[in-house]
Amino acid sequence: MDKRTTEQEAVAELRDGMTIGIGGWGSRRKPMSIVREILRSPVKDLTVVTYGGPDVGLLCNYGKVKKLIYGFVSLDSIPLEPHFRKARQAGAIEAAELDEGMLQWGLLAASHKLPFLPTRSGLGSSVLDINPDFKMVKSPYADGEELVAMPALELDVAFIHMNRGDVRGNGQYLGPDPYFDDIYCRAAKKRFMTVEKILDTAAMANEGPLQTRIINRTMVDGVIEAPNGAHFTECPTDYGRDEAFQKEYAATAKDPEAWEAFKARYLDVETEAEYQEAVRNR
Amino acid sequence: MSDTATRGEICAVACADAFRGNGEILASCFGTAPAIGARLAKMTFEPDLLMTDGVCTVVDMPNPVSGEGHEQIVEAWLPFRTIFDHVWNGNRHVIMAASQIDQFGNQNFACIGEHAKPKAQLLGMRGAPGNTISHTTSYWVANQTAKVFVPEVDVVSGVGHDRAAKLPAESTQGYDVRFVISNLAVYDFETPDKRMRLKSVHPGVTVDQVVENTGFELVIEGDVPETRLPTDDELSLIREKIDPKGVLGREVPNPE
Repeated sequence: MDKRTTEQEAVAELRDGMTIGIGGWGSRRKPMSIVREILRSPVKDLTVVTYGGPDVGLLCNYGKVKKLIYGFVSLDSIPLEPHFRKARQAGAIEAAELDEGMLQWGLLAASHKLPFLPTRSGLGSSVLDINPDFKMVKSPYADGEELVAMPALELDVAFIHMNRGDVRGNGQYLGPDPYFDDIYCRAAKKRFMTVEKILDTAAMANEGPLQTRIINRTMVDGVIEAPNGAHFTECPTDYGRDEAFQKEYAATAKDPEAWEAFKARYLDVETEAEYQEAVRNR
Repeated sequence: MSDTATRGEICAVACADAFRGNGEILASCFGTAPAIGARLAKMTFEPDLLMTDGVCTVVDMPNPVSGEGHEQIVEAWLPFRTIFDHVWNGNRHVIMAASQIDQFGNQNFACIGEHAKPKAQLLGMRGAPGNTISHTTSYWVANQTAKVFVPEVDVVSGVGHDRAAKLPAESTQGYDVRFVISNLAVYDFETPDKRMRLKSVHPGVTVDQVVENTGFELVIEGDVPETRLPTDDELSLIREKIDPKGVLGREVPNPE
């Protein structure tokens, strides 16, 4: 089966009000070509579930986010994501803030088709006030312990970015950390994987050890070849973070004129190819 | 040499002392003084501490906080998803930052103001709720003022002793909020009602100065001892091996 598709076709699957999951972590291996396509699309009122980075800042800035389910939002080398901060401080988004382990637990519950997973995380903290719909569950065993029943975070659509993939939807990461990308895929009804490079299945064995092959084709509905698609986040071993570009992006939060110029130059273009060209030409 | 230790070095050594007796656990840090402290503890009295390169590799000795890196020997792989396994298993001691902390050690680094529309959005909850309920947690405050040591935190990210005490005992079997280290003093919660106690003041700091920079009533018992000075060996390790470029001075400026 050939699952190759494009960013446009993938994003065309989104409807207003859907819940989407975005893989990666902070400013690391984010499916940014998809994020940029969402910015170009008319879709709105999204619930976004993620270990947040610039994906969150950009989507908030374009008014795409109704609700954010997250543990933190950071650009790593710039600890606070300025565009996300701006949206939060304007009260522009509903902020379902979690402990970051609870976020993993919610995705894992959804991936296993369980209604919830029990945890002690959140007890005693403001997480339970911020999320008043969360319930407790009592252990049915002799201990009878009361635990937080972290509800499944079911996703309509998940987007992840891998280093390598084949046309069938097998995916491979080559950096040091898989993050939670496989869990996002299993937690979602529809799954799209962008990759730096599409290879013959057999050729993927030459790229890295067996353990790098964490995505199998049952977890993916569409594959998109997106070279430099995680830009400006890092995508080791293919490339590091574009720190200069990230700095430029972050600085625009303080200066509306600079933001308009940044937007016109890089984001308000027709295609990902034009974005990549604008990045090359800067 | 000890009489020439900087305030930052005194703080870093106090952070190192926070790990004393921890043995073979994962030591994690937010901030420069804790990062120096953990390395110093591992080089001297706590050689079995487990530390990462700051990303996802456990290394025999993490790189210095400034200057040239060294050849790190990889001990194990610790990607983000396994951090929570470590946290919930309990064999970890983290020194986290605090934008606000109260007298029971409730900590906030999520946001300032009302959560629905904060005055200042900060990092977010990160792992603080799970860390505090699961394993030993201490805090590092690089610039203590009454705006950081507050009567009440705006949002509880890290759970304090009063809130933990209201939970059933089985929920808090791993709970252990232990020390707060600031640029002025060291604090613990060794009091009957688990309120914050002034454990020691750094040399050159007065108790009055501490009180002025605290927005709640501290437990102060008799003559408060001074935080210990670094030994000559500790100072050489910090200056030559751990922070040769002296970036610690930027986090903790030396008082005039």
